[in-house]
Amino acid sequence: MATLTLENVKKTFGKTEVIHGVDIDVADGEFIVIVGPSGCGKSTLLRMVAGLESVSEGEVRINGARVNEKEPMERDIAMVFQNYALYPHMSVFDNMAYGLKIAKTPKPEIAERVAQAAKMLQLEPYLQRRPRELSGGQRQRVAMGRAIVRKPAVFLFDEPLSNLDAKLRVQMRLEIKQLQRELGVTALYVTHDQVEAMTLADRMIVMNGGRADQIGAPLEVYANPATDFVAGFIGSPPTNFLEASSLGIADGQQSRIGIRPEHMILTARGAGRLDGHVLYTEALGAETLVHVRSSAGDTLTIRQDGAAPTPPEGTDISVAWDETQQMFFDAEGRRS
Amino acid sequence: MEKRVKFKGILLPLLLVLPQLLVTAVFFFYPAGQAIWQSLFIPDPFGLSMRYVGLGNFEFLLSDPYYRASFVTTAVFSLLVTLVSMGVALYLAVLADRLIKGSGTYRTLLIWPYAVAPAVAGVLWLFMFNTRVGVVTWYLGLLGYDWNHVLNESEAMGLVVIASAWGRISYNFLFFLAGLQAIPRSVIEAAAIDGAHFWTRFRTIVFPLLSPTTFFLLVVNIVYAFFETFGVIHTITSGGPQQATTTLVYKVFADGFVGQDLGSSAAQSVILLVVVGALTIVQFKFIERRVHY
Repeated sequence: MATLTLENVKKTFGKTEVIHGVDIDVADGEFIVIVGPSGCGKSTLLRMVAGLESVSEGEVRINGARVNEKEPMERDIAMVFQNYALYPHMSVFDNMAYGLKIAKTPKPEIAERVAQAAKMLQLEPYLQRRPRELSGGQRQRVAMGRAIVRKPAVFLFDEPLSNLDAKLRVQMRLEIKQLQRELGVTALYVTHDQVEAMTLADRMIVMNGGRADQIGAPLEVYANPATDFVAGFIGSPPTNFLEASSLGIADGQQSRIGIRPEHMILTARGAGRLDGHVLYTEALGAETLVHVRSSAGDTLTIRQDGAAPTPPEGTDISVAWDETQQMFFDAEGRRS
Repeated sequence: MEKRVKFKGILLPLLLVLPQLLVTAVFFFYPAGQAIWQSLFIPDPFGLSMRYVGLGNFEFLLSDPYYRASFVTTAVFSLLVTLVSMGVALYLAVLADRLIKGSGTYRTLLIWPYAVAPAVAGVLWLFMFNTRVGVVTWYLGLLGYDWNHVLNESEAMGLVVIASAWGRISYNFLFFLAGLQAIPRSVIEAAAIDGAHFWTRFRTIVFPLLSPTTFFLLVVNIVYAFFETFGVIHTITSGGPQQATTTLVYKVFADGFVGQDLGSSAAQSVILLVVVGALTIVQFKFIERRVHY
């Protein structure tokens, strides 16, 4: 149980600054997801909290106490790695007990805490097995078990689900969320998958090129992206962008307009705001994605209900949307 | 998938393995056969006639206190060479593994001694420890220590051990470094987060994960110390003082070519042959059964 504070945290490798100052206050028990494309600095940020990377500038505080100079073991954290990082020569039990043994916890207590975690994670039948005898999902659980037996103040996750197949990923995602609720522990979770970010986060940090573009609750970020990068990154398929000048509504401030695919509808030629023709369609069952090339040459994606009639490829159509759904961005990509 | 190539006749495959077979026959089977044959005879001092003695040479050897002492010497020598060369190599590899700047230079320099021939290595160390003009001897003298490996048995042993181990460190270093670098970084980091400091991590995580490499090097180094250290011993101590550094291999040479007792020398070769065989079996078993994680 702890709060976590990052204050103007920066990271430089040699002369290159890779993280340009991140600020966030994480409340006790909050689930924070750091999301962004590869190379945006999200893992580096997490590793700085863990103490695996030094903090070049700024301050990391756990429970109000500065931890910049503290070793990872002194920070009262636990981390789940992308490749699980289990100890291959130890049984599942020993993997989970390792940290407790080092902390010189009495043996009966170790046994009790490991048993409790194993029960919670349905690992009881596998305690005597080696990691190589387990499936990917089970290894993932052992990695989580190793983290929870130590009852840390902060849980760190570094893309823990990216080595699992799609179905298992959805299942484990739910389990992680449930577990975190049950334990009520503060969590920091790094992922490049925006669906994981949307579903897990109490609040999310969208990182872009070493900056936190936006910090906020998932739905708020989705509905109200602060930059064109956030609008394009969160949501699948991504937001459609149009040059304001091509729609004749530019007034100097507004250079681009973003509209979500679900806010656009297809109409008969001439009835909408933008003319074009259907490039191709993707029927996904519940919904259909219609890709449209406008007369100006922009490619747009429109998401419509799976039951709605789909125009054949090459049809001349028009695209319409409600004016209130327009998001305006200035030349730097910020909302205006 | 079957990857083996299948030949129709027997002639072509035979032709392909013939060079290897020839080399083995000329340099192994023929001399080994000769050794077994000669071990059954005692030649007269001028090499004009041979008297058949059956297993007499072996009986004499096994009751010879000098020969039995040589076994102990060999065991002590091999153990020390293995421990020193592997210990130092592991230490250096752990340091090199943590190195970020200049690691290429560091590694290259560490690998150089491997290119020095054992006899040359022996002469180098002999110069440094020469009882009259050696640099190290002189410094030891300043510290009040009178180094004389020509007279002192344990100092002689120490010197041949150092000279033999020195060249081996490079070889072992390479394997240990490769082994260390094969351990995923995240496993070490996980242990660090679990609260293990450097030494605990090394003892409970790194060393166990390194054990396949360690097993392999252990066997290879013992075999090296047994059979490939002749040059070092010959140049530094010639087996002395008081046969304190006469290993089994050196004794084959000393008895046969210096003492001219060819029958006994041949019998010793045969015993060594058996020892090599046994060690090879052990080696193969270890490599086959190497612990894989």
